[in-house]
Amino acid sequence: METVSFILFSFLGALVMVGSIGTVWSRNPVTSALFLVLNFFALGGIYLLLEAQFIAVVQVIVYAGAIMVLFLFTIMLLNLDDEQALKEKFDLQKGFGILLGGVLLVEVLYILGLKINLPQKSTTLTPVEIGEAKNIGRELITNFLFPFEIVSILLLLAVVGAIVLAKKNFSPNT
Amino acid sequence: MHIELNHYLWLSAFMFTVGVIGVLVRRNAIVIFMCVELMLNAVNLSFVAFSHFLSDIQGQMMVFFVMTVAAAEAAVGLAIVISLFRNRQTVNIDEINLLKG
Repeated sequence: METVSFILFSFLGALVMVGSIGTVWSRNPVTSALFLVLNFFALGGIYLLLEAQFIAVVQVIVYAGAIMVLFLFTIMLLNLDDEQALKEKFDLQKGFGILLGGVLLVEVLYILGLKINLPQKSTTLTPVEIGEAKNIGRELITNFLFPFEIVSILLLLAVVGAIVLAKKNFSPNT
Repeated sequence: MHIELNHYLWLSAFMFTVGVIGVLVRRNAIVIFMCVELMLNAVNLSFVAFSHFLSDIQGQMMVFFVMTVAAAEAAVGLAIVISLFRNRQTVNIDEINLLKG
């Protein structure tokens, strides 16, 4: 059982890595978006390995479904050609970006290498029970009621803002 | 082999770094948005991993809220990109310098 889950983790982890690198690497925005979808699906599988069923389902529905459809729709709407049309800047900027990213990775891995004492487990629920929609829903309308309401206002604002921005002919010169 | 917390955190760190490099390197505004989503997902992964290994539900609540905010951010951000494209006919962030006056 341990071996099976480790093999699954390695496979899904490799898919996540391929998806994220492909997103950054590919020239065509549509290819980037499809690699990102692969990444999100593999992440959903990893959430299942972590026994977070509700989060896994939401990941696939909201991220791989809704958000990526929004991205692809925008790419189609703008009718972008390959990125060769975009004038690529000189390579010093790219090299510097990759250097900074490498430094960040080394820093994070160094911190992960330190021995950190994790706090004591705080609940009596098992990990499987924590991931259930029932327990998440109960937590959402008891301890997290206020953030939940605030998030609903945020979504309303996002809807209104998106419509206003996309509708109005925003031009700075007139 | 046993999967430990650190394995998930390594994967998360890798994903976050790739997202950062993408934001710094790419010039296409839409691809930059995708890289931001990548970073948000990397953080979500470490939240869920900590939640699993500490048996604490609050990590998964946080992931829920991060997803909501990410959806709102994607909607507004893409609306801004559409609005910019309408005026400038480009999504190259080097040519978008409205705030310079």
